[in-house]
Amino acid sequence: MSDKDHLTLNIDGQKITAKRGQTLMQACDAAGVYIPRLCDSEGLEPQGSCRVCSVKLNGRVVAACTQPVVANAHIESETEEINRYRKDLVSMLFHEGNHLCPICEASGRCELQAMAYRLGISQAAPHPYLEPVRPVDASHPDIALDNNRCILCGRCIRASRDVDGKHVFEYIGRGIHKRIGVNADCLAETDASIDDHAMSLEVCPVGCIIRKREGFFAPVGERLYDTEVIGRDIETQQPHHHSLHKIEVKQIDPADFPPFNKDDNGDTV
Amino acid sequence: MKNQTDRIIEIAPLTRVEGHGKVTVHLNEDNEVVEARLHIVEFRGFERFIQGRMLWEVPVIVQRLCGICPVSHHLAAAKAMDMVVGVDQLTPTAEKMRRLMHYGQIMQSNVLHFFHLSSPDLLFGFDAPAKKRDIFNIIREFPELARQGVLMRKYGQEIIQYTSGKKIHGNSAIPGGVNKNLSLAERDALLKDIDQMILWSEQALELARDYTLEHASLVDSFANFDSNHMSLVRTDGALDLYHGNLRAIDSHGNIIFDQVDYRDFDSIIQEEVKPWSYMKFPFIKSRGNVDGWYRVGPLARMNTASFIDTPLANQHHADFRRFSQHKPANMTLAYHWARMIEVLHCTEKIKELLLDPDLHGSDLRLTGQRREEGIAMLEAPRGSLLHHYKVDENDQVTYCNLIVSTTHNNTAMNRAVTDVAKKYLSGQRKITEPMLNHVEVAVRAYDPCLSCATHALGQMPLVIELFDAENRLIDSASQYATPEPTAP
Ligand code: SF4
Ligand code: SF4
Ligand code: FES
Repeated sequence: MSDKDHLTLNIDGQKITAKRGQTLMQACDAAGVYIPRLCDSEGLEPQGSCRVCSVKLNGRVVAACTQPVVANAHIESETEEINRYRKDLVSMLFHEGNHLCPICEASGRCELQAMAYRLGISQAAPHPYLEPVRPVDASHPDIALDNNRCILCGRCIRASRDVDGKHVFEYIGRGIHKRIGVNADCLAETDASIDDHAMSLEVCPVGCIIRKREGFFAPVGERLYDTEVIGRDIETQQPHHHSLHKIEVKQIDPADFPPFNKDDNGDTV
Repeated sequence: MKNQTDRIIEIAPLTRVEGHGKVTVHLNEDNEVVEARLHIVEFRGFERFIQGRMLWEVPVIVQRLCGICPVSHHLAAAKAMDMVVGVDQLTPTAEKMRRLMHYGQIMQSNVLHFFHLSSPDLLFGFDAPAKKRDIFNIIREFPELARQGVLMRKYGQEIIQYTSGKKIHGNSAIPGGVNKNLSLAERDALLKDIDQMILWSEQALELARDYTLEHASLVDSFANFDSNHMSLVRTDGALDLYHGNLRAIDSHGNIIFDQVDYRDFDSIIQEEVKPWSYMKFPFIKSRGNVDGWYRVGPLARMNTASFIDTPLANQHHADFRRFSQHKPANMTLAYHWARMIEVLHCTEKIKELLLDPDLHGSDLRLTGQRREEGIAMLEAPRGSLLHHYKVDENDQVTYCNLIVSTTHNNTAMNRAVTDVAKKYLSGQRKITEPMLNHVEVAVRAYDPCLSCATHALGQMPLVIELFDAENRLIDSASQYATPEPTAP
């Protein structure tokens, strides 16, 4: 179907209809075709920086999240060549940061980890690990930042700026020294709040922005990507809700729970 | 794609550590053994690694410390963090889930030790060549026993999986509680086989007991030395592997201290440093550093506990006490028997818990008045395990000290090794095969997790070096244990 408002795209041999003005990714999402991504997140302006969404558009590599649809588009996405690029990009993110999945509270809901699985990365690439040692900023009462796991996707910057109307995060430094910084000496001195969109689990794809005291609430087996491959929501057109597994936490009434080793009169037994 | 997580790339400094044990034997001018020392490479980098990490990460991180009993570290850290988040008593569901996990862990760990490491010694005799004394020969000559060992271990692992989320490195113990309860389907799957497990445990126990009784003179003479014993016991003196207060007794069975809150550990135990070892030598303060050393672990627990609160294990405990004439048993070889009494106890406890509806409750976690310090102790398969942390107001760990069971047993193991070396080596300037075998058996009886970061049990080389009076190396030999078997 091609008319004033619509175009037909061909992606990996499948014909899909797109609205003019959409990006390739938006058109594919609507048609149930998933293109891997990391820096793009629903509700935020695309930034085109991670390049994991790379596809070949009429023979040229473009970022699907920022590339508008064009007429006569012939798109290659799930090809060996493109997936090799993606694997390299994702592997390098592991090498650049400090990712110890088994001890990370994002494990199981982390998009980087899930992407590694989707792309079939099962072992380390033959690159050296940079093994950075970056201090955790735990100054804020409800939020901590573990920059060792940051992949510089910039989603927090856009969420804070465009959705929350704050400017809690910013890039600092360049090249290999580029980092996510906060707009003050530490997070506690910014106007960050746990209720900001930027601090929600939807925004940070990894375990860098940590909501304090909620880690490991989700049992293994019930975490988002324990049972589903990343992108399955788009492929099946059944959006999931990225909700934190909430377990009720009861505040103790000391009367109900005498301290251990003490009897009801408070005497040591 | 179920349970896909955590297969991923690991770059932990923790995964690179290998443990090994080295024994050095020191002779005098007359070629008599003066002393033998067990050197253990302990991975102390961990205490630094954990600094700055968030408190709720700790129970998950500490599991990387030990490839053999990760669950014990997971639970000890969670208990310490309970204290930090102000929770002194968990909800019934949380406490019972953790206990179930703990019993499953002790069961599978002791079973592994018994079938894989001890049963070859017991069934073939440890004078048999090392090649003979391995699990593959057990599988060949005692296939039914080997099968039971594998299935019992598997059962313990299933419990760990259902309670912690995964067979290894689960995450369910969180500060103040747990993140999951037991589903009815999980309960039914476990209940199905529990009676079989109890039966097999008792049979294996009898094997260990009969061996001990039949070889009374050997057991009596093999690394048998008096020592103090320490463990947690319940307030009524019963064996309690998950929680309790400290009790220590001397070699005559007299109480040194009893019902001491483990949070006051510092006031009763002191750690001594020796120049030749990275591992400290703890001792009971009131007895001083010469006489205050003690043993922990299955043998110590059988000696300290007044009774066991499950019927079958209690009968066997009484049996064991009769055998030792109601005095503390000090024979290193009685460990095997003691260990199997505990397996029986665990299986009975597991059954009791599985029939308890609290496991399916939904009150999982509590929080209370925040504290700066967390101290926890529990009885791990190899003995008392202490975790001590300080946490700042940002929830970051600032201090960590762990005293693992191998450290508690440090002096005892050195004594055992010296004892054996004296008996089998004095007067010679060469390491002999029987000496090598006997040292190995003596060390194994304590089941040390050498370095506490050893990944696969079977790959633990034991190196023995012989030094003359001028401290010159005159001989060395090494022995490798066999790899862990898979199901036949
Ligand atoms: S952020 Fe993701 S990839 Fe990195 S350690 Fe955590 S789970 Fe693994
Ligand atoms: S903190 Fe998270 S959201 Fe922000 S750039 Fe890093 S990875 Fe992306
Ligand atoms: S998702 Fe398109 S460049 Fe990151």
